[in-house]
Amino acid sequence: MYRFCVAALAGPLLSATLAMAEPLPGELPVDPYEASNENAGAAPLENPDVFVAFHGQAGIDRIVDDLVDRVIVDPRIEGIFRASDLVRLRRTLKEQFCYLLGGPCDYTGRDMVEAHKDQGITMREFNALVESLQLAMDTEGVPFAMQNRLIAKLAPMQRDVVTR
Amino acid sequence: MALTPSSAIRNNTILCCIAFWASIASPSAAEDIEPGGKLLLTRGISSVDGTGGGGIVPWALITGNETDRGIGATAHLTSVMLPDFDVVSYGAGIGLRDRLEMSYSHQTLDTGSTGPKLGLPDGYTFSQNVLAAKVRIAGDAVYGQDTWLPQIAIGAIYKKADHGDLLAALGAEDDDGVEFYVSATKLLLAQSLLLGATLRYTEANQNGLLGFGGTSDASIYPEVSVGYLLSKRLIIGGEYRAKPDNLTFAQEDAWMDLFAAYAINDAMTMSAAYADLGSIATFDDQRGLYLSLQVGF
Repeated sequence: MYRFCVAALAGPLLSATLAMAEPLPGELPVDPYEASNENAGAAPLENPDVFVAFHGQAGIDRIVDDLVDRVIVDPRIEGIFRASDLVRLRRTLKEQFCYLLGGPCDYTGRDMVEAHKDQGITMREFNALVESLQLAMDTEGVPFAMQNRLIAKLAPMQRDVVTR
Repeated sequence: MALTPSSAIRNNTILCCIAFWASIASPSAAEDIEPGGKLLLTRGISSVDGTGGGGIVPWALITGNETDRGIGATAHLTSVMLPDFDVVSYGAGIGLRDRLEMSYSHQTLDTGSTGPKLGLPDGYTFSQNVLAAKVRIAGDAVYGQDTWLPQIAIGAIYKKADHGDLLAALGAEDDDGVEFYVSATKLLLAQSLLLGATLRYTEANQNGLLGFGGTSDASIYPEVSVGYLLSKRLIIGGEYRAKPDNLTFAQEDAWMDLFAAYAINDAMTMSAAYADLGSIATFDDQRGLYLSLQVGF
């Protein structure tokens, strides 16, 4: 009972920094880490128009699903994703984009260094992903200037993601 | 295998040379050289001097589609159709590891039927050869979106004009010269804006086509570029380039243009501009259409 009370009190307090999301069915277990929005790699956009231009959470979900569908068949980079937990990748990318675009989401994935440290990603491969993201945003009908707001947030993560 | 002393020395020398080259060309020699990988338009177009840039201003971007692990190259053909002259430039450039750029271009200024009015034969053509090198020294124009630091490059451009005797008669001190420049280029992605500034130390008359030097010494001249990205394939903008005014027989003005560059695909970029090259060899208001095709990998 005491432990339940502590959990009930601490839960909402901790959720701001330790919002561990429920894994989706099919996700593989991962080594424990401390979840934090800091892991998203950038501060969220403050202009609410951008989230609207991405058609909110539903639009972001479609963009991420389209993006993942594209990269896993892109001969330049599909090898990177062969060993990936795609269920988890889709979920954490949706969280990250939603958070960065100022949406009502928390990012619960690992930070960019940890998430990419063993993948040996090159600049060319990073750019190949950017191209697929641009195509996915085109398909969703996000205006180019609004697309650039997201890419401007993601671009500096190149320093953490590209290790080769 | 039995090696004679002399062949052993020779072989060792060759191996040393190969190792030295490999250490320059490939700091991590075990990796393969990769072609391609840059995003559309981020290699820039080719300036009339052959340098990666806008049309008349060098940018800090390195030509070619290569990334930091590769090699790339471009070739260009540019024509500027003016009321009294035609300017043509063609050439090629190599990009190494998105770090070093080397380029060559040949420029001509065809006086056409204007020649006789200048006391020259009909169709008299000024021309020059241009060799250039550029190295990126700081920053990343595309990925440094969380910092104000632009991509910065320094470069040198050697120009050797033909018809030295005539150029001397026109008041030029030399028929060849070296320009030095520092260029800063910044992509402000959140605003879809490209900003560029270049400082060029030069004494070239009409970019060197009318020789080098005259009434004043070499000095530093500013150049600026502004572009707005309409899509990942299309950028529109303008450029301004201050120039020396060294020849007593004719006034020389700044160059400027309003441009659009369109990346047809990874290999080809088409550019069109309205260029204002001011007064050239006493003929004022030289404004006209600039067209350029750049191909590369």
